[in-house]
Amino acid sequence: MSRRSHSRISGKRQAHAPVFAALGDETRLALVAKLCAGQPRSISQLTEGSHLTRQAITKHLRVLQNAGVVHSVRIGRESRFAFNPEPMEEIKKYLDLVSEQWDQALSRLKSLVEG
Amino acid sequence: MDNRIEKRIELKAPVSRVWRALTDHREFGEWFRVKLDGPFVPGEISRGQITYPGYEHIKWQAVVQKMEPERLFSFTWHHSLDPDADISKEPTTLVEFRLEKIEAGTLLTLTESGFENLPDDLRLEAFRRNDGGWNEQMKNIESYVAQKP
Repeated sequence: MSRRSHSRISGKRQAHAPVFAALGDETRLALVAKLCAGQPRSISQLTEGSHLTRQAITKHLRVLQNAGVVHSVRIGRESRFAFNPEPMEEIKKYLDLVSEQWDQALSRLKSLVEG
Repeated sequence: MDNRIEKRIELKAPVSRVWRALTDHREFGEWFRVKLDGPFVPGEISRGQITYPGYEHIKWQAVVQKMEPERLFSFTWHHSLDPDADISKEPTTLVEFRLEKIEAGTLLTLTESGFENLPDDLRLEAFRRNDGGWNEQMKNIESYVAQKP
């Protein structure tokens, strides 16, 4: 593995940091669990059954939105929040990427010792 | 998904040859693309300069862990983007090369582990218990929040 590719991987990792941070909170995990189960939900719907205020829920949704975990859609006069799976899929790709870099380095090693 | 990488590769070369390619710092540098300042010594920091064209300004730093002749070579390294990062202050992953004699030559097993040491990954630990896809991970979240409403 060249350091060049290693740096590229590190860049990826940095890009993932907001997602990890956004999900490192039980309230937000609960919101994600609700949203990934189905339809986009309004802030009111997401506040129902929660001990938190509408303002607190809104704040958590913004954190998730900034990390790209959820996005808001406008339905009529109301904003609803929907789950956006891409960032998590990106994270899953991280180890695949490191893995691929090792494949390339090991292939150079193979040429060296078998050559 | 797991926090480690494992690769197995069969090399048509004797174990002694593979050991040299891994642990002779010049040979290592050839396939890894780094010019190392000196030989690998267990417990010591290995330093060098990347040789990949256009990236020669980037430094290589690793701490050699184990050198068990023709069996195991391992080192830790960091994942920082900063070219001047100090490895003694950075979280690291562990890279291990294990060699095994086989009929065809050498079976080399590479593992890189300890990704959970890197701060961002800690938070994802809960999502990584299973090897399934996103749907599987979502079930994990659901049961997690069900247990801790």
